Amino acid sequence: MALTRVHFDEELTDLRSKILLMGTATEEMVRDAVAALVSQNRKQAESIITRDDAVDAMQLDIETQCLRLLACQQPMASDLRMIGAALNIITDIERIGDHAVDISKVAQRIGEEMFYKPLVDIPRLGELAQAMLHDALEAFVHRDLARVDKVITDDDAVDDLYSEMRRDLRRMMQEDPGCVVQASHLLFVAHYLERICDHCTNIVERVAYAETGRHKKALHTPGGESGPNLRAA
Amino acid sequence: MIKLENMEFNGQQQAQTKTMAAAAVPTPDVAVRSQKREETVRAEAKDVNFFYGDFQALKNINIHVFDRRITALIGPSGCGKSTFLRTLNRMNDLIEGARVEGSITIDGQDVNAPGVDAADLRKRVGMVFQRPNPFPMSIFDNIAYGPRIHGEKNKKALGEIVERSLRQAALWDEVKDVQKRSALALSGGQQQRLCIARVLAVEPEVVLMDEPASALDPNSTYRIEELMTELKNDYTIVLVTHNMQQAARVSDYTGFFLRGEMKEFGATDKIFTTPEQKETEDYIRGRFG
Repeated sequence: MALTRVHFDEELTDLRSKILLMGTATEEMVRDAVAALVSQNRKQAESIITRDDAVDAMQLDIETQCLRLLACQQPMASDLRMIGAALNIITDIERIGDHAVDISKVAQRIGEEMFYKPLVDIPRLGELAQAMLHDALEAFVHRDLARVDKVITDDDAVDDLYSEMRRDLRRMMQEDPGCVVQASHLLFVAHYLERICDHCTNIVERVAYAETGRHKKALHTPGGESGPNLRAA
Repeated sequence: MIKLENMEFNGQQQAQTKTMAAAAVPTPDVAVRSQKREETVRAEAKDVNFFYGDFQALKNINIHVFDRRITALIGPSGCGKSTFLRTLNRMNDLIEGARVEGSITIDGQDVNAPGVDAADLRKRVGMVFQRPNPFPMSIFDNIAYGPRIHGEKNKKALGEIVERSLRQAALWDEVKDVQKRSALALSGGQQQRLCIARVLAVEPEVVLMDEPASALDPNSTYRIEELMTELKNDYTIVLVTHNMQQAARVSDYTGFFLRGEMKEFGATDKIFTTPEQKETEDYIRGRFG
């Protein structure tokens, strides 16, 4: 079937590209925030706080583009769902950026103070969060439902690791009250990383709705899989 | 049980309305304008085929038109939506070589049954056309025309009918002092509301609207749309439109026609956000080659 809205299609492609750009910038912020914490690099941490302004500006730009497309192109069906998803996704990405800033601030607070024990789980959780964000963005850009499922599955592993970390840090604080301040900082970092993963899950749930017309939660209900097959559209 | 979402209301289904009292039809799976509610069938088409000579313009159409709801019919030019609309009040009778098969009922009565008078049917099923077509007479006489034909002679009663109809059509305030003036002096938007008032004057059960706003400016279009939304409190409306945003704005249910077939029917909210059929999706997204 011949395409009859070439200009609009180009606008949608541009929208996807901009979201990918915003997401990639945020992904790098998460990576660098964890690196700044682990390597105790205050300068690197400081740079992340500045980079967040750029991400915020991208969010406003994309939001404006979405509203313009809604007003001027009157999108319907999967186009409408995609733009609706985009509006939600950029909110999640922006919050991920905020959490990267939160982690950077912790890195600044801890500064060069020696760690009570080598950081192992936080870099691991950071890698998981970064990979989930990467997959979530890939799922959005390539309309890939397999990656949607992967991100949702990965989030379970993150939740397990986060619970384990909380237990360990609590035990550390009980055993050595001297480490309470640092351990509570690290507890916050673990929490921020876990929240980043939750935002990634939100993103892929929006992708699933944009692509299938069904909310991801509905897909898990009996009979939910028999929903509309619009993937070919 | 009608499953609107997957169009399982086909020819094997028992007719919901066999008497003048319309049957209540639950629509459990469909949220209409975000509210689930029970619907009553006002008109029904079952296995309707329509031919212009050898050309088959409608193929096996099955649809319920629900009471006091706006049902929009959309689709590309030549898809059969206007032809279908005109089968509901037998306007196609006027076309030579036209032939209809299947059953079309209004309140359970077959409109094509022997003995059904077309003029009486068109009183029950009124029609508004694309271009306003006021008669070359006064505003008052335009509205009083129908009731007079149907035997109303009393001046006071006619005056009441005219006022009621003009009020319902949201035109009263603009013309109450100039009712003797020629209807042709009204603006296009006012003329169209006058034509709607003229239809309402004979108290129809169903109002058919064939692109009623396509010849009007945006302001008049919005007024007609507001009017439709008001009128559905009392009337059942079937709307044919090329303007998908209009269908999305005003209708409760939407049927998508393509090449003489009704490809999909469902709650408007659903059709415009998550249609089931790829052809519907392509059409409403404007990706139809």
